[in-house]
Amino acid sequence: MDIHEFLITPAEAARLSGPHDRIVMSSRVRLARNLKGAAFPGWAKKPERIKVLETVRPAVESLTEMKGAFSEVMDNLGPLDKQILVERHLISREHAAKSSGSGLVLNREETFCVLINEEDHLRMQALRPGLQLRQAWSAIDRLDSALEKKLEYAFSNELGYLTACPTNLGTGIRVSAMLHLPGLVLAEQINPIIQSVNKLGLAVRGLYGEGTEALGNVFQVSNQMTLGESETTIVERLDKVLLQIIEHEENARQTLLEKKTKSVYNHIGRAYGILANAHSISSKETMNLLSLMRLGVELGLFPEVDRALVDELFILTQPAHLQKQFSDKLSAEERDLLRSDMVRDRLKNVSRPSVKPPKPGN
Amino acid sequence: MQCSVCKEKPATVFLTHIENDKMHKVNLCEDCAKTKGVDNPTTFSLADADLLLGLGASQEITQTPGGADLKCPRCGFSQADFKKTGRLGCPECYQVFAGGLEGLLKTMHKGTRHTGKAPEALRQLRDTTERLKSLQKKLAKAIESEDFEQAAQLRDELKQLNESPPPSAKSAP
Repeated sequence: MDIHEFLITPAEAARLSGPHDRIVMSSRVRLARNLKGAAFPGWAKKPERIKVLETVRPAVESLTEMKGAFSEVMDNLGPLDKQILVERHLISREHAAKSSGSGLVLNREETFCVLINEEDHLRMQALRPGLQLRQAWSAIDRLDSALEKKLEYAFSNELGYLTACPTNLGTGIRVSAMLHLPGLVLAEQINPIIQSVNKLGLAVRGLYGEGTEALGNVFQVSNQMTLGESETTIVERLDKVLLQIIEHEENARQTLLEKKTKSVYNHIGRAYGILANAHSISSKETMNLLSLMRLGVELGLFPEVDRALVDELFILTQPAHLQKQFSDKLSAEERDLLRSDMVRDRLKNVSRPSVKPPKPGN
Repeated sequence: MQCSVCKEKPATVFLTHIENDKMHKVNLCEDCAKTKGVDNPTTFSLADADLLLGLGASQEITQTPGGADLKCPRCGFSQADFKKTGRLGCPECYQVFAGGLEGLLKTMHKGTRHTGKAPEALRQLRDTTERLKSLQKKLAKAIESEDFEQAAQLRDELKQLNESPPPSAKSAP
């Protein structure tokens, strides 16, 4: 099966909605699990990895939640397919680099995605739009409980679930959310926020996770510690912190509008100007400008525009998604031309930002 | 000298922190220092050096009695391999390298003992083991205080628990 036909369209993906989705783009909970008596994927020889894959894959496929799922070994996915999965945040960049002996099972609704033989034998994730950490945790908890009846996990009473990297030991849980924080970035409040979040033992990363930059003002916040605390404690703490970040972002947006009106209008107006008129634009610049347009939509500067228009472009303009729309192999320069054509076309009926006349004294 | 965060650019910011006679050193390039918020040392607490690097600086198993030659009999993984990759070889490695790992786990995590979900079968086993322990304690106490009626009752309970089938069957806690 072609993964591109299986995936929901970018238009559908852009219309998924959840609580606080003005700021929280998605929530995710992933669990790391390994089989008893088998070497971890990074150390196992190929035949052993294949054996694990052949044990785990049918077990995952047989779960009721995975009925009609997309299930494939990584060697059967082309580089473009893998990159598309990365751009949709369904697999890690690390997993995209895998081939023989690794696999992927993704359910029809794209709410569960199980990576086989990434860093651990099993990396199972539950995904939800908006802020829904508790829902994601209880979903993955159920999936894990169903799977433990079919597989024998490596577990110790003392250390919990045993993982390839000691940083994931214990619960093997990583709870994370993707946040769009243009207000805090424009107000130059993002660094102190990141610092205080770090001090709580939480990590802040860029758009594609570990070691990536915050393109489009999108940040991932997640727990780092996995041992010595229960899953629910970790979920609750992250939920609390996220609600505070949401509040700070809303405040920053409000303050910017009131105190730095001209500066905000300038940023958003320029973003619109470039996106609607450019004839060559990189993926990075597109994302950063789309982020400002998204902010403009939220602030009511584009009254006739639905946020989904911006969110869809956010997906469609990423390199692999763009390439997929054309049969010829494109160079980066060609992509920049075609990207700008697409963006101009999508924005052709969007009028320029409507700004209220500034209050006297501003 | 390379930046210990991005491992790309040359380090220009050097942090040294001494805690309990142990020195922690972190070297950062200008960009990383800025993003990590250490460009202004007056507001930065150096105690977070480990946190700052995720695992970074202290990610090393301390020498265990077996020394650097210690190998996992199950998968052949050695301490030197851990130094290289930061990952372990197989689940059994955790037992083999337990002594050396403890310090590392302390710096990485909230605690060193798992609290949280356990596979159902093991959860029952754990419950049974804990019940056994508590009954044995009570029995010892009863004997000590010469409460033989109570002791006999506890002994019967223990016997029953020991004879009950392993945790596959659901047992009341």
